[in-house]
Amino acid sequence: MNIVVCVKQVIDPEAPPSTFKIDAASNKAEMHGVPPVIDPYGEYAVEASLRVKEAKGGKITIICLGNKLSREVVKKPLAMGADELILLEDEAYVDGDSWSTATALAAAIKKMGEYDLILCGREASDTNSGQTGPGIAEILGLPCVTIARKIDITDGASRVERVTSDGYDVMEVPIPAVITVSNEIGEPRYPTIKGIMAAKKIEPVVWKPDDIGIDSSRVGAAGQRTRLNKLFQPVHEGKCEMAEGDSAEEAAANLALKLREAKIF
Amino acid sequence: MAEYKGIAVYCEVKDDKILPIAAEGLGIGRKLADDLGQELSAVLVGSDIGSLAQQAITYGADRAYVVDDPLLKDYQTDAYVSVMEKVTKQVMPQVLIMGQTDSGRDLAPGLAFRLGIAVTMDCVDLAIDPESKRLLQTKPVYGGNAQAVFTTDADPQIVTIRTKAMTALEPDTSKKGEITNITADLQASDIRAKILDRVVEDVAGIKIEDAEVIVAGGRGIGSAEGFQQLEELAKLLKGAMGASRPPCDNGWVPDTIQVGLTGKIIAPELYVAVAISGSSQHMSGCSSSKTIIAINKDPEANIFRQARFGVVGDWKKVLPAFTEKVRELLAS
Repeated sequence: MNIVVCVKQVIDPEAPPSTFKIDAASNKAEMHGVPPVIDPYGEYAVEASLRVKEAKGGKITIICLGNKLSREVVKKPLAMGADELILLEDEAYVDGDSWSTATALAAAIKKMGEYDLILCGREASDTNSGQTGPGIAEILGLPCVTIARKIDITDGASRVERVTSDGYDVMEVPIPAVITVSNEIGEPRYPTIKGIMAAKKIEPVVWKPDDIGIDSSRVGAAGQRTRLNKLFQPVHEGKCEMAEGDSAEEAAANLALKLREAKIF
Repeated sequence: MAEYKGIAVYCEVKDDKILPIAAEGLGIGRKLADDLGQELSAVLVGSDIGSLAQQAITYGADRAYVVDDPLLKDYQTDAYVSVMEKVTKQVMPQVLIMGQTDSGRDLAPGLAFRLGIAVTMDCVDLAIDPESKRLLQTKPVYGGNAQAVFTTDADPQIVTIRTKAMTALEPDTSKKGEITNITADLQASDIRAKILDRVVEDVAGIKIEDAEVIVAGGRGIGSAEGFQQLEELAKLLKGAMGASRPPCDNGWVPDTIQVGLTGKIIAPELYVAVAISGSSQHMSGCSSSKTIIAINKDPEANIFRQARFGVVGDWKKVLPAFTEKVRELLAS
């Protein structure tokens, strides 16, 4: 099995909301003083790939797109157990939308040539869009299953449980296919010391737009089909009335009284 | 070349109804269509759904397009993308609105990329720019920490809308509109990713989507047993139980009660958040609740920024006393 997993370096979505800042001039967000991470949804995809490899054997190649990527961050999937790392790393890839990102990733996957499964997170924690996986599938002409909670490989096909609002659908899809992975798949494993040592020795392969046979005007900001006009932080009034008391129990009873007074129940 | 014109709303159907989110899409679609002085169309796709087109019209559509085929009984990506590609090319709407549902999350990007455009997912606000007449598409990003306003240059401008972010119109049963059938032109062999089984995990009691009161717990609850205490309060208030992501990931509660960006988006009258810190991704699912009440031991917890009432304290002490007092007050 040749498994390709697309991951993204993002600002840490688990950092406290108070560290989140927007630079109005550049329309960009940052977590003040918190280092970037591999997108958690992408980590679920890495975990899913490792489980398939454990069951069926094979090779896992990680692809990550961006510029000035932190080697420490992008090597985490290798430390978790993936085999190779390809970086689409160039200034031209920056500030893309789903369209230009999927276009570049699809071109890179095509260049790799051999793939049975392409896994992505269900969405990225910064854009919360969930288009890159289905986009890659459309561009490469592959079938796609989104929001998977379980992936099994049978002969020439994959059986996938797809999360729905009241349970799940059992899907069967011929491979090669694109599958996007949801958190219901289960907690991603921690890198082991051995894994971290092994990852140190793996040199990522870097591909510029030329290397994947694509003009710079089709990737990153230049290749966008969606324009960002404005980025802002919604304002919360933040007027919480605290119920007090000499003990937790008394405060709790006072809360109930307050709610009754306000006719909330 | 023909021009893209009008607003179309993809109306997802279930059993013998269009989904509430379809009515919400028609509500905002009506407003946008009126702002542009154009027509509002509904698109219905499924099997044995002919009678539902009139429902879409009563919720504001001027006309409805129906694609009815046995191969469209269940949502399957290849079939639905192919049919919607055909409908979009025939109807040529300037704007296409879909719902951010299980199938909408799958269908909208697949369709957009098939048509050579990108879609803006999970919009909470849609408006027509008075100058350019293009659609301003506002969606939460960074897990709800920020919102972004997008525009797209090409037509159709495709968006999905968040549950309960838009308002449906009161149904007008006297409203009439033309209903047009479009053939699916599908072969069973076109469908690569096939559905084998649909598993429904029944939840006892009131469904979280329908509940007026939700009592939800976070990582701090610590176990499945802890959630039994939340259930007691939920029952007392005739509500349902919810959870943030960690309790679901840890298997203390079913995944189907997860509230948040990637779970349920709900807007009950009352949301009681117990031992929930209030991450942006969780608040995306519950911030439209009319009243939020927070019980948390950390006075700095983000949840207090959005709660109307709160108690700082250990939920193990606060919750039983609170439940008891509520019981007493309800009985008096």
